[in-house]
Amino acid sequence: MSGAGGAIVSARNLSRHYQVGGGAFSKERTVRALQDASFDLFPGKTLAVVGESGCGKSTLARVVTMIEEPSSGTLEIGGKAALANAVETRRTIQIVFQNPYGSLNPRHKIGAILEEPLKLNTDMSASERRRIGLETMERVGLRPEHYNRYPHMFSGGQRQRIAIARALTLKPKVLVLDEPVSALDLSIQAQVLNLLADLQSDLGLAYLFISHDLSVVRHIADDIMVMYLGRAVEAGDARTVFAAPAHPYTAALMSATPSADPDRKKTRIMLTGELPSPLNPPPGCAFNPRCAHADGTCRASRPPLEPHSGRDLACFHPLV
Amino acid sequence: MTDIPQNDVASAEEAAPMHAAVERRALAEFWFYFSENRGAVLGLAVFLTLIVVAILAPVIAPYGPNVQDRNALLVPPFWQEGGSTAFLLGTDAVGRDMLSRLIYGARFSLFIGLVVVSIALAGGVTLGLISGYVGGVVDTIIMRVMDVILAFPSLLLALVLVAILGPGLMNAMIAIAIVLQPHFVRLTRASVLNEAGRDYVTSARVAGASPFYLMTRTILPNCLGPVIVQATLSFSNAILDAAALGFLGMGAQPPTPEWGTMLAEAREFILRAWWVVTFPGLAILITVLAINLMGDGLRDALDPKLKRS
Repeated sequence: MSGAGGAIVSARNLSRHYQVGGGAFSKERTVRALQDASFDLFPGKTLAVVGESGCGKSTLARVVTMIEEPSSGTLEIGGKAALANAVETRRTIQIVFQNPYGSLNPRHKIGAILEEPLKLNTDMSASERRRIGLETMERVGLRPEHYNRYPHMFSGGQRQRIAIARALTLKPKVLVLDEPVSALDLSIQAQVLNLLADLQSDLGLAYLFISHDLSVVRHIADDIMVMYLGRAVEAGDARTVFAAPAHPYTAALMSATPSADPDRKKTRIMLTGELPSPLNPPPGCAFNPRCAHADGTCRASRPPLEPHSGRDLACFHPLV
Repeated sequence: MTDIPQNDVASAEEAAPMHAAVERRALAEFWFYFSENRGAVLGLAVFLTLIVVAILAPVIAPYGPNVQDRNALLVPPFWQEGGSTAFLLGTDAVGRDMLSRLIYGARFSLFIGLVVVSIALAGGVTLGLISGYVGGVVDTIIMRVMDVILAFPSLLLALVLVAILGPGLMNAMIAIAIVLQPHFVRLTRASVLNEAGRDYVTSARVAGASPFYLMTRTILPNCLGPVIVQATLSFSNAILDAAALGFLGMGAQPPTPEWGTMLAEAREFILRAWWVVTFPGLAILITVLAINLMGDGLRDALDPKLKRS
């Protein structure tokens, strides 16, 4: 990826490991949920992270927002290391969760939900908080009379608007969107995606957009990072990658995306086998048991992530 | 606060009636589900009557609770031969009016329920919240201590505690509160464990909430439903246990017109004068039954899973 010039947030070799077991009857083992993730987020740009369930996407979201601290690697905000529980981190990076039915406190009114971040991080007066709350509501397309209602009175799409508004009240520069539309109806998905696009162009936000839905990603991503079993396998400019995927896994993912064009030829690459357990990853390239192009080299050693025809790629047998 | 911008005052005024309307609708919804349960409404009615009777005891009661009439010992209720309308429910062995003593006794029962539940609720919810949120060694220690308390039969443990603290109504209430507390701890802990992993809690943490804020403002209000129901049911348990301790001579001491103590005093007259034992027993029965019915209705009305929309 291009250098760190102008980046709001730079991640270098972020890793997150979990210890599991270790009780009286089982040996303690390590799950490497996320390994060596490096990327930069630029104002007004969207980095999409895609991959199957269990590939470390959500772990990445939790590490970038410092809900969990990285086991190793660095996360820098404007050149300074980000700290967990620091006001600076919170005012720069905020998160929108996948499920809008779980991410809003059911006992709080919308006004209280929106103003909570301000109450906790600033010493604004109540009337000032209220002004910002109403302003943010208007920005995401909610009406002022919604201010005194409870979350259960809203539909899924409206709730996700509320969740986005809450993330915006601290005026962050980066939004981590953890599958923000996958819990919504298709028609509502488009509305929320349009809202996100408008907010990005108005406020110059950087998005870290996590998704498994490539048709959504194709629509909004500037850069893309494909993950498999905790590691990035292909990363680069979204258009380049979509036009000609170089990693066999990326190619398989893209061929699995349904297309609305009946004339398009279907050349679906069927993957065999299951995602291996991150407790016990296969030796060499993690994708080798499911890959049609794998040979002895792939089973013996892991390909490094290196620049290859306009992107970063971790594969011994690139398709382009 | 004098320099609030004009438009803000206006919008706040607009918001106030809207706010009240939302509250009223929530209350109406609660009453809709609660009133579907006839038993619960009956229980509520009896309970409210009891509260009114307890508050107005000096006005309603025909005599003082400890006033003795030496000319009217063990007078039967008015409908029986030898009874008189001067003593509607008869008199006890030292000539005190049963009705007046029962009316004053309602005060003690409600007081016991209130105090015991308050102590058990405050302690239990605090411990349960800490136990569920902090987890680890703290959780293990708190829960094992609660298991030990639960392992004893509740009345036996209360008896031992009163024996140590000394007999008396206050000590009996403390003992019963300690015995009832583990139920609150376990219930709160279970709810906290359930809620703590939800996204809105993580969301509050990302917004910068401290652990104390998360526990008291974010998680606790979402855990209160089952705890409120447990509180109503414990209310009747407390009355029952206090009556049992009173009967065994470890609770309220004579001449307090506490229902359990009245039962104990009347024990020797069971065969000769049925009314001295029957009425305090009935009073306990009706009160406990009414509160339990009310608690059941409350649980149904507060449980979102049982709501049809």
